[in-house]
Amino acid sequence: MSAGARDSRGTGIGVSVTRLEDRPLVTGRGQFAGDISFTRQLHMRIVRSANAHGLLKNIDVAEAKAVRGVVAVWTASDVADLPPIDFREGPNEKLAPFRQPVLARDRVRYVGEPIAAVFATDPYIAEDAADLVAVEIEELPVIVDAAAPVAEFPGGLTTEATICRQGYGDVDAVFRNAAHIVEIDVAIGRHSGVPLETRGAIGRYDAARDVLELHGAAKVPHRNRESLARMFGRSTAAVHCYEGQVGGGFGIRGEIYPEDILVLLAAMRLGRPVKWLEDRREHMIAANHSRQQRHMIRAAVDAEGRLLGIDDRFFHDQGGYIRTHGTRVAETACGILPGPYRLPNFRVQCHFRLTNKTPAATYRAPGRYETNFVRERLMDAIAKTLGLSRIEVRRRNLLQPADMPHERPLTALGDEVVLDSGDYPGLLNKALTRCAWDKLEREVKARREKGELIGLGLAMYVEKSGLGPTDGVHIHVHDSGDVEVITGGASVGQGFETVIAQVCADKLGVDYRRVRVVHGQTDRIEYGIGAHATRATVMTANATAVAAEKVRAKALDMASQLVQTEPSRLSIIDGHVVRAEAPDAPLMTLGEIASNLRPTSKTRGDREPGLAADGWFNTAHMTYPYGVQIALVTIDRGTGGVNIEKMLIAFDVGRAINPVLVRGQIVGGFAQGLGGALFEEFQYDERGQPLSVTFADYLMPTAHEIPKVDVLITEDAPSATNPLGIKGAGEGGIAGVGAAIASAVDDALGDIATVTALPIKPQWLKAVIDAHAAASA
Amino acid sequence: MKPAPFAYHAPTGLQEALKLLAALAPQDGRILAGGQTLVPTMAFRMARPAHLIDINGIRELDGVSVAGDRLRIGACTRHAYFESDKIPGRLGDLLRKVVRFIAHYPIRQRGTFCGSVANSDPSSEWCCVTAALDGIVVAESERGARRIAAKDFYKAVMTTELRDDEMITAVELPLLVDDTRTGFCEFSRRAGDFGIAMALVTYRLEGSRITDAHVGLGGAEATPRRIAEAEAALSRKEPKSEIFAAAGAAAAAAIDPIDDNNNPTEYRRALVQTLVERALAGAA
Amino acid sequence: MDKIDIVLEINGAVHEATVEPRRTLADVIRDDCGLTGTHIGCEHGVCGACTVLVDGAPVRSCLMFAVQAEHKKIRTVEGLQQGAALHPLQEAFIEHHALQCGFCTPGFLMLAVGLLEQKPHPGDDELLDVLSSNLCRCTGYENILTAVKAAAARMSVGK
Repeated sequence: MSAGARDSRGTGIGVSVTRLEDRPLVTGRGQFAGDISFTRQLHMRIVRSANAHGLLKNIDVAEAKAVRGVVAVWTASDVADLPPIDFREGPNEKLAPFRQPVLARDRVRYVGEPIAAVFATDPYIAEDAADLVAVEIEELPVIVDAAAPVAEFPGGLTTEATICRQGYGDVDAVFRNAAHIVEIDVAIGRHSGVPLETRGAIGRYDAARDVLELHGAAKVPHRNRESLARMFGRSTAAVHCYEGQVGGGFGIRGEIYPEDILVLLAAMRLGRPVKWLEDRREHMIAANHSRQQRHMIRAAVDAEGRLLGIDDRFFHDQGGYIRTHGTRVAETACGILPGPYRLPNFRVQCHFRLTNKTPAATYRAPGRYETNFVRERLMDAIAKTLGLSRIEVRRRNLLQPADMPHERPLTALGDEVVLDSGDYPGLLNKALTRCAWDKLEREVKARREKGELIGLGLAMYVEKSGLGPTDGVHIHVHDSGDVEVITGGASVGQGFETVIAQVCADKLGVDYRRVRVVHGQTDRIEYGIGAHATRATVMTANATAVAAEKVRAKALDMASQLVQTEPSRLSIIDGHVVRAEAPDAPLMTLGEIASNLRPTSKTRGDREPGLAADGWFNTAHMTYPYGVQIALVTIDRGTGGVNIEKMLIAFDVGRAINPVLVRGQIVGGFAQGLGGALFEEFQYDERGQPLSVTFADYLMPTAHEIPKVDVLITEDAPSATNPLGIKGAGEGGIAGVGAAIASAVDDALGDIATVTALPIKPQWLKAVIDAHAAASA
Repeated sequence: MKPAPFAYHAPTGLQEALKLLAALAPQDGRILAGGQTLVPTMAFRMARPAHLIDINGIRELDGVSVAGDRLRIGACTRHAYFESDKIPGRLGDLLRKVVRFIAHYPIRQRGTFCGSVANSDPSSEWCCVTAALDGIVVAESERGARRIAAKDFYKAVMTTELRDDEMITAVELPLLVDDTRTGFCEFSRRAGDFGIAMALVTYRLEGSRITDAHVGLGGAEATPRRIAEAEAALSRKEPKSEIFAAAGAAAAAAIDPIDDNNNPTEYRRALVQTLVERALAGAA
Repeated sequence: MDKIDIVLEINGAVHEATVEPRRTLADVIRDDCGLTGTHIGCEHGVCGACTVLVDGAPVRSCLMFAVQAEHKKIRTVEGLQQGAALHPLQEAFIEHHALQCGFCTPGFLMLAVGLLEQKPHPGDDELLDVLSSNLCRCTGYENILTAVKAAAARMSVGK
């Protein structure tokens, strides 16, 4: 056991302790949004558009208003003073016309768009009344294909909101002279995070304090507080957001949606708390969708299969409006597309298109799940064109450890891409060894000869994490010896409290069970960026380490006065100050030191009151973990069903604070990734009617569909951008799944067909298998 | 997703229930048994019955009994009952095989056999069983009881011979003689989902040749039914893989598959071929 | 529509409520009886977050009306703990990291309790079959399976 481990009773960094979050959750004592209630609260129900595109001719609310228990019914004219929902990063003049109004004005652009809001004393009554709101819509032609020619929405609004362009080098020149040009046209289906807890928001106006409160906040409470203050014209001192337990985030939760604004406005206007809980059908048509893109991508390669340039043009299906993220998903897709390969020339342009579907935004590994699929399909195509093995073509192109840090003149999430550290060939070798790739290849060959449709596939990818620029925490040690870490971070169920407590425990010298982590409460700490972009562990943990070191120094300074010795001769073990030479003889507790530092303490001297400190961590760039995924699949000729026999995910996280939790993130991410690869899809008919509005139609994997996953977590390349060396693990499990499964299914199909779209469905597989058999017969 | 209002009635005897049904059916009254289909439909407000007549408290509708050469399944018998070894013989073996495909464990604790038959979803396993085995649906009203053969019962997607004032009080299935071989095969995207298609087969051997073959399909067409062409392909043949393939092909050729957004008719047709073949090959 | 007075027995305690017949058991357990550990994830019987035991059988409380649950013994996640001692399944879920956001957890616990009380030694296939009844979006299920197996072993030793 290291000294650090001993200090925290073996609960510090690198130890797989159990989670602090779990006890209330397994006993049913959590406070999810639905569990929060205030006396005299009203319940809101949204009337949504049943048409994908049309002009709002008339809304008749008279019958709804007459229902006993209904307090108010609002339409756009009641909220005319509210601006459309703004972008999280602040005003953007170019994209402003595409923002979503809180309630539809004059026109609707997707099924599910909020048209009216009913406020009633009971959710059943609110739903009854909402059914009675009569909406008259004149239907307009519907656009469901983002790659269709650019059109115009009413009001002269183009459907091509913008074109995102990135790139470097002279792409045209290398394509003129390349030995080979390999071109593919591939698409990713529309799917999303779909957390088990639907969204929920409770607005409350506390007139006694003149504070507007949003309960049920998540992900980015501090950022949202600023946006809300802007929208309502209030001081941030008069708006607070409160995060309770969060039933899964995955990108979609915690953004500001129309419903959040409505409960707050209603709380102020109606003078009663207002609660809104999304139902599942609403969730499927109202919460952010994600992923849908079609890429026409080509590579110029030399005679040995080395990439000379990539030229990509893609269509991003944004849906009816641009929401809080602006164009971030598309921009990240552009910036991250080159992945782990050396790419001398690159050009990408994204046609950011509006369609008559639910608006899209981020879903775990946004821009990467998509482009990893696209790029790895391209690498497989290069291998096939040149007759190289899929491993060899990757080896010839991988960036080497000596190339690190590797700067790319690209941006992702507004951040310049600088791959900070990594041994990509090393991880590939480890993964191949771990799954015994050569042996698997022989087995595949033997079984294929016996008639099985069996295939082996792999994908390599670079993830990003730790989005800055900064994060701060405040640590306060109470007289009881309990340590409170107040952060601007947020928990979306990933184990944030545990991990931050472990870091604090490790640096301060306490058992992690003595650490309470406060998150998502804007009235406890002024600033915070929250939990998104796999940033929470990297940013908040490093800030926690800084603050904990300061608290430790202050504690030792105080103790040195009390025991009349040099601070350097003292240490803190398990919450007790000890002499370095007598670690088993505790001198006093951290709580006693905290007492000595009380404002009124006579022993405090001229020290600042309180055993407390702030810590900040700043970073100029993100940090880039990386992974390899390998899949072995079979296809059932009779049904088109895909069975995953083996799955390996190798992922380098720099440094794992809690390996069991890292593994949990990776396996859980894999399950979601498999959903997008084989099952999940928000489908629409040609009239823009959503077809996947129930859990019987939107197919999330169950325990039956998830194979056992072998996870290899490595710590070969600690982050160069933060002192703890951490890289985030939140999105590493999901990011490469579509790519790896496609590669394996493609291998199993052999010359039957090529996989060009996700999800890969049994109906398609059966059709191509049968067509091939008929042609061969 | 809260159901619209309704009046609730909980009769404790069958006659009381039938009387309520006669009175309330014209006012949009419906029977509530397991509720595993009706209640979600009400949650989406696609069903808004004004009255629900809850039959769960009617003792005489519970239970399964053997009457002569038939198994009589009372209206309140839950799916889960068929997981137990209480049902004897080859029929019990077959029903145990099939019940695992019905939704999931908690749904099977509440949902009822007869409720599935009344609902008549094309992909209901029990509808497929009833059709494949030539079951009898017992429908009762204040006007009396009718015994309806399965082949006459299913009319169209979720449409049956049942009249508004009638409820199913039991379904009868013929017991299977001890040397009957049975097989069942279903394909769905995920375990527990509605089957895209399913095949149920039974046959016996006379000497080395197939006799008394039943090939029933569910999910593939608007209603479940026996496929005479497939049965003919098996009749008097030895049980071999070529024969099973021929029966599968005959079934696939004979059907008029339903079409939905994800499953074009050709996919269902191809699945039927596979599933019939596999159900036959797996029959034991 | 007229409201009906009902009496529900939940975790051995009696709860009185006056409800419309249309109110689901899930809503009444949560809103009228204040037991918010039973979660609502889909209201159409697929996700299983609202799973409770009714007379020992795990059922979807979103697919039952509260008026149907009179005179039955209802058990929810709040009833698993005995004093300060967690149920072996609760302990196993913590120990094996079988939850992340925890929203689906009460439903999985009640599903597993219902199964193991009826069948203390389920086979691997049967366990997989039963646990595929509920949806979890965080864990990828592997740790849930591990936890239930571990708890089953512990519970049968304890007997």
